[in-house]
Parts: sequence; C-alpha cells; structure tokens
Amino acid sequence: MKELPFAITLEVGSSHANRTGSWRVERPVYVDRMPPCNNACPAGENIQRWLYEAESGDYETAWRQLADDNPFPAVMGRICYHPCETTCNRAQLNEAVGINSIERFLGDLAIERGWPLPRAGSDTGKRVLVVGGGPSGLSAAYHLRRLGHEVRLVDSAPELGGMMRYGIPAYRLPREVLVAEVERIIALGIHVELDHTVHDIESERRNGGFDAVFLAVGAQLARRVEIPAGDSSRILDAVSLLHRTAEHDPPLLGRRVAIYGGGDTAVDAARTARRLGATDAVIVYRRNRERMPAHGDQIEEAIEEGVTMRWLSTVSRFEGDHLVLEKMRLNDKGFPEPTGEFDELDADSLVLALGQDTDLSLLDEEPGITIEEGVIEVSPAMMAGGNGIFAGGDAVPSERTATVAIGHGKRAARGIGAYLAGQILVDPPCNELATFDHLNTWYYSDAPRTRRPELEQARRQSTFDEIFGGLTEDNALFEARRCLSCGNCFECDNCFGVCPDNAVIKLGGSARYEFDYDFCKGCGICAQECPCGAIDMVPERI
Amino acid sequence: MTSQPVRFYQVGSFAVGNRLFDKENRTVQSDPHRSNSLDSGHRACQGCGEALGARYALDAAMRATGGQLIAVNATGCLEVFSTPYPETSWRVAWLHSLFANAPAVATGVAAALKVKGMQDVRVVGQAGDGGTVDIGFGCLSGMFERNDDVLFICYDNEAYMNTGVQRSGATPPAARTATTEAVGAEPGNVFGQGKDLPRLAMAHGIDYVATATVADLHDLEAKVERAMQFHGARYLHILVPCPLGWGSAPNDTIRVARLAAESGIFPVFEAEHGEVTAVSPIRHREPVESYLSLQSRYAHLFGEHGRPDIVARIQAIADHNISTYGLLEEQAVGTGSNETSP
Ligand SMILES: Cc1ncc(C[n+]2csc(CCOP(=O)(O)OP(=O)(O)O)c2C)c(N)n1
Ligand code: SF4
Ligand SMILES: [Mg+2]
Repeated sequence: MKELPFAITLEVGSSHANRTGSWRVERPVYVDRMPPCNNACPAGENIQRWLYEAESGDYETAWRQLADDNPFPAVMGRICYHPCETTCNRAQLNEAVGINSIERFLGDLAIERGWPLPRAGSDTGKRVLVVGGGPSGLSAAYHLRRLGHEVRLVDSAPELGGMMRYGIPAYRLPREVLVAEVERIIALGIHVELDHTVHDIESERRNGGFDAVFLAVGAQLARRVEIPAGDSSRILDAVSLLHRTAEHDPPLLGRRVAIYGGGDTAVDAARTARRLGATDAVIVYRRNRERMPAHGDQIEEAIEEGVTMRWLSTVSRFEGDHLVLEKMRLNDKGFPEPTGEFDELDADSLVLALGQDTDLSLLDEEPGITIEEGVIEVSPAMMAGGNGIFAGGDAVPSERTATVAIGHGKRAARGIGAYLAGQILVDPPCNELATFDHLNTWYYSDAPRTRRPELEQARRQSTFDEIFGGLTEDNALFEARRCLSCGNCFECDNCFGVCPDNAVIKLGGSARYEFDYDFCKGCGICAQECPCGAIDMVPERI
Repeated sequence: MTSQPVRFYQVGSFAVGNRLFDKENRTVQSDPHRSNSLDSGHRACQGCGEALGARYALDAAMRATGGQLIAVNATGCLEVFSTPYPETSWRVAWLHSLFANAPAVATGVAAALKVKGMQDVRVVGQAGDGGTVDIGFGCLSGMFERNDDVLFICYDNEAYMNTGVQRSGATPPAARTATTEAVGAEPGNVFGQGKDLPRLAMAHGIDYVATATVADLHDLEAKVERAMQFHGARYLHILVPCPLGWGSAPNDTIRVARLAAESGIFPVFEAEHGEVTAVSPIRHREPVESYLSLQSRYAHLFGEHGRPDIVARIQAIADHNISTYGLLEEQAVGTGSNETSP
C-alpha cells in the first residue's frame, strides 16, 4: 500500500464512485415528437427534417429528404396551399416559417443543378398500370418505380400533368417547371402512353397482364345547372376556360365576365378572365366570404388584381347583356336561403365554376367496387376492390388539391407494394404531437418572416407571368433557420450544458446525446430547458 | 456562394451550443472535451444552481488559463458536497481551509506562485454568499485593497444553505429563511439592509467586477474570460438558485435565474475600475411576481392572505435597478444577441 500523508487513513478517490443516479425518481428520455407541419402535410413530407438540413446550407441533402416523399418540390413550392404553415408553431411566436417558399427554393435549385431523383428499385417482376398522369398518378408511378415495379402510365390527354397542366393557370405554375419535374420522374423508366383513353379497366388490365392498377382519373367533368338564358348569352364552364387558356386557345369572354361559384377554380377563372382582358371579373357566390371554400390567400390576391365579389347571391337568369341575381341570406345553420329580392349584374359571359365530377364509366363492368356520391370508396391503403384495384386523387373522397393527390399516390404505391407482396399495409405508430406548450421559446431568436418578391400589379393583370419570385439563397437560409425544430432534437447542446451532474453525454456528429443514468439525479432541468420539447420525464420504476 | 453572410442562427447565442456556429464562437460547455472541473458523483441536491455555476465558471477559467489554475474554496455547500472524505469531485487543483479565510488563502497562494516565478498559474477564490459578504468580507476587502492577483467568485444563493438556510447579508427582503420567519407585519427578511457586494467591490476601484447568472452561459463565460485578462483583484458575483432553500422546483433552477434577470431584480452588468461598462439588457421584461411566485420562500406574499403591498415594494426595487443600470435601453451593449459575425 502507498504511504499516506500524516493523519490520513484512506486514499483519495474520485466522486465517480458515488452513483448519484440512485437518487432519481424520474428519468429523462429523448423523444421525437411529431412536428405540426409534418402532421398537416397531405403529401406526408418530413418538413422539419428537410428544414434541418437546409439550415446548415446543405440544400442537396435537404432536397433529397424532401423528394423522398414528394417528387414535385418546385411545383409544390408554387401551388401547394401549405397547411403546414397554418399549423406552424412559429406562428404563435411571430409568424409561421415560410415553408412553401423554401420548398420552392430547393425545388428550383434542384432543377438548375440537375439533381436526379433516387434510382428505381431492383426489379420485382410485377407490372402496375397507372391510369391518369396527374399529380396522383405521377406520384404513384414515382414511388412504384422506387419499389422496383414496372409501371405503365396512361393518360387521355396529349401531355402529362393533369390539372397541373390543364387546370392551374400559368401565373401560378409556369409550365417549364412542371415539365422539368415530370420528366425527372419519367426518367426513372416509366412507360408512358398519351392520348389513350381507358374505356374498360378489366380488359385493359388483362391485355397488358398487369398485377395491379392505380386509378387516378381526376375530376374533369364540370358540373352544370340549368340557367334560363337568352339566345345571345354566353355560358361556359371554368374547366374548359382554364383548359383552353392552358392550350393557348382561350375562348372569347367579352369585357364583363361573371363567375359563378366559390371554390379555388372560380378564383382561378376570375383571375384568368382579368388577364384575358376582362375589365370586370365578378365572382357570384351564394354564401359570404367566411364560408367561401377558396383559400384565403387566393381570394386576397384576386381582389388585389381587381376581381370583385357579389356575396350572398345566386344566378336566376341570363338576359342578353345582364344577369338577374337573387339575394340570399344565411339561416341559423349557415345555409343560404332565397330572399325573393333581385338584383342585376351587367355581363357579357357567365363562367360556371360549380364543382367537378369524375368520369367513372371505365369501372362499369368492374364488380366489387363501391361508388358513393360519384367517387370511389377506398381502404386506408387506397384499395378500391379486393383484386388489386387502387384509386386516389380527385376520384376518391377527399379535399381536392394537388398535394392531397400526391399523398394519395405515395400511399397507394405502398399499398400496392404490400398487396403484391401478399401483405397488408401497416402504419408505424404515430409520435405524440409537438404542440406549442412543449417548447421553451425563450431560446429562439426573434426573427421576422422573409417575403418573396411579388410581380407588380400592372403586369399581374395583363400577363400570365408568374406572380411570386423565389427567395435568394440568403433569404432561404434565414427562413429555414426560423424553424423551431418542434419536437425533434437539433443539437443545441442545452441538455449537455445545463446538467449540474454532467450526466449527459454528447455523442457528436449528428448522433445527438445520451443520458448517463449512473449519475443523473432526475432534476429535470434538461427537459425544462430543451427548446424544442425533445426530452420527456418519465417516472422511475422503483 | 452567398453574397452576404446570414447573421442569424436559429437559437442565436441563447442556447448552450449551436451546430451552425464555427468552433471559436461556441461555449466551453458545448465542448465534449470540457474539463468538467466539478465531476459527477458530487452530493449537491437535484437541480443545484451552485454546482452548475461552479462548473460553468471554473471550466471557463480552465480554458482561459490553459488548465493552469488553482481554486481555493471557503466552507459552504460547494465544499461540503464536493469533498466528503475521502472523495473529491474536483478536477482542478483545489484547496479548502476555513469558512472565513478563502480570500486570504487565495492571496497566499498567489503570493507563493509569485515567489516561485509561476505567475502563469492563476488563482481563483470561491465561496457562497455567507462566506463572501459576511464572514469572509474582511479578508476579501483586504484582498481587493492590496490588489492581489486573484479572481474571487461568489456563488450567491442568498442564504447560509449548507447549515439549513439561515439569513445572510445577501438574503433579499421578504424572503423566508430559518431565521427570518414569515410572521408579523413584515414577514420574512427585512427591507433596506443587506449588502450589495458587486457595488462594494467596485468601490474598491479594482480592475474588474461583474455579475452573472446560470441562465446566460455565453455571458458568464465571456466574463470569466475577460476577468482572466487582468492581473490583480477581480470579482465575479454569480446568482445560483437553490431549490432547497428557495423552495423552487429542481427543474426550475435556470428558469428562476432567468426570471431574476428578466424582471430586473438581479441586474447583470460588468464594471471596470469602478465604472459600469456594460449591462445585459432585458429581452422580455417580466413582473417580479413571475420570479417570486415560483419560490416558496415568498409563498406568504401570495394567495388569500397575500401581501400585494410587499410585492409592490419588491417591484419598486426591480424598477429602480432597471433605471439605475439602464436595463431596458436599446441593445447597445451586453450579450444574448442573436447575431454573430461568422
Ligand atoms: C467559523 C464557522 N462558522 C460556522 C460554520 C458553519 N457553516 C458551515 S457552512 C455554513 C454556511 C455557508 O453559507 P454560504 O457561505 O452562503 O454557502 P452556501 O452553503 O450557502 O453555499 C456555515 C454557517 C463554519 N464552518 N465555520
Ligand atoms: S417551426 Fe419548424 S418544425 Fe415547427 S411547425 Fe414550423 S416549420 Fe414545422
Ligand atoms: Mg449561500
């Protein structure tokens, strides 16, 4: 034994021998919570994660993370109604993160730099027919190819894109952006057949020897109502107005155009009419603004462009050069009721934007498929019938947006993959939502939102040029860094720093941290001071 | 690729670390190889602010001196919980003598180093508020007056915690302690007494005096770093909440410290040669009530038989601090900025 100093009987030891972890009644654990943006994304994007990558300036990794779920970042960054931003926790601090504009920045950068999508999976020997080349069909084709299935994509139109090509006006989505993203998907080895209308799904399937089918035929039939009209009155529907405008063959509308309906299509039609030269573009809608189904920012942009509104009105007759409108009132339940009072509105033409129906005649001979209110009933895996027929997009019950359709395509691809493997699609359990009260917002810098440059008004009313510009790299980076990383560790080192017992081990790289339960006394400071709510305290089993 | 640097980093410099910062701008505490001057296994209570403050300060001093550091400790919790015979939690050269004499012992160590020509080895003296403002004050004042080359750090938990929460000269008005019970017309500690040691230190005209809390790490580390640039007497006063003595939840230690600063009740500033040179501005001002109500030592001020009149007197103290130190003035000086030049 070593000789000890005078009056000392024990050798000096480190307090490391003292396992203070035994004091603990609660233990901290790292968790990943579901960020509200991810939770709201109809395409199932891991937004928080791709923002995290973008924050460090690694845009390519960010884009890959994004494109893993959605092959249309540049399109989405323009036309998505971004429910993610509506639920973004940052909105409760100052303003939501401009997720949509960062998505566009990444999407545009990917096109500019020619980043390719992930490669097709190794061949499974299975063949899938996708009917409809819109957002849903293209998304399904992309995900099916990645799973290694052979895909034949057919569409009755001469070009791919569906409503993204023939419905959404060019001032919201320039066609070259669409083409670039569609071509990138097709390059994964998808067999495309255009100008091909499927009349009978069963024979089409049999002749091609397909193992499964995905129906994404959209909703192209404009709903019509009988409106008594004089011979000279011009009535047309919004679907064909938008379609013909997209094909550079716009119909003649005259100078005073009334648009009947309250959805996004009505707003698109009104804004298109302004650009085609209408001095008056008036939306006639039977309810009020609060109850208008069109998205708020679309309505605002339309009003900025000089589109006007006639709320609480229905069209009774079209008499030569004017419409007769009946005034409505909302009853207690919020339904519009006629008042018996009438009004007039000068109009050269009337555009009907009263919703669209799906042409499902190709299913006439198909047993075991339920069609309810004009759309196909599907299982959570998007399966319509027992024998491998899946459906998605506007042809199934849902909110009809391109983003929802893209989400359907992804889900259906997984459903089909499971079906072809003789399995049933099971979703992994969902993490608890990272609500605002999980955050310790003191740590975040105050930072206002970056606005994207807008096209000046005069050009907006006369051309189909794109309205919104993109963010610069600096702005995009700043905007990405406004993300709070809700519910997911972003390695701020707070837990590692604030532990009075050094019981947090920093693993480094992007491996995050680990607790050293030998010494953690369970004080809970780490959980309290975690900015993003990624630590939970759980009772210790004693 | 960028034309202008992006001067914004998500959590800026508020959090301990930031993966977006370059190495030089990161805190000592975010470094996986920090010295951990106060090691695991110490016997401080759950959520001890003093244990945290001591590691923050000494790790920063270790970095500033390249590990050439000797710490002298007065009696008090920090000494007792770290060194029950024969264990030690210290990973710095560390010395304990008595409750009253830490500044004098530190002076002696510094003098010895000088004699031995080892002035690259630096000395830190440290004590609780009792050891600093009361029993150790004579020695400390002498150390200041002689301008001995020591950084003296007071870990202020506002009472004699180690012996069971007795009142000290740093206990704030109205606080309940074992010796200032919450009874009578003026429950808790009396108003108008107690010692403002940072001011007393400044009155000695020493090179450097600063206050800090465990809630602002970047600020605390910067002050230790700055202090180490001087040779002579320096003083750092760190507010370290004590869950046991204050009756606050162990997980609220940092939150309570933050509220002390954000309410203005604990002004965070630095001074050189007797003049205030910088203050940490309040980011989101809070009423003193947010701070007081988290601590059961002030429980008698709230509830049915609460004393809003006393809360108002405490608020007046905070308001006075805010105007004296200019804590709400535009963010000209101080820390906690969300920007850094990359
Ligand atoms: C001369 C002397 N008187 C009394 C004590 C008992 N004693 C030990 S620690 C302590 C209180 C220390 O209070 P403080 O300096 O504020 O440190 P804290 O424990 O609060 O960190 C007292 C009174 C002592 N050790 N020596
Ligand atoms: S702050 Fe970031 S993670 Fe949180 S909801 Fe907004 S975008 Fe998503
Ligand atoms: Mg004390």
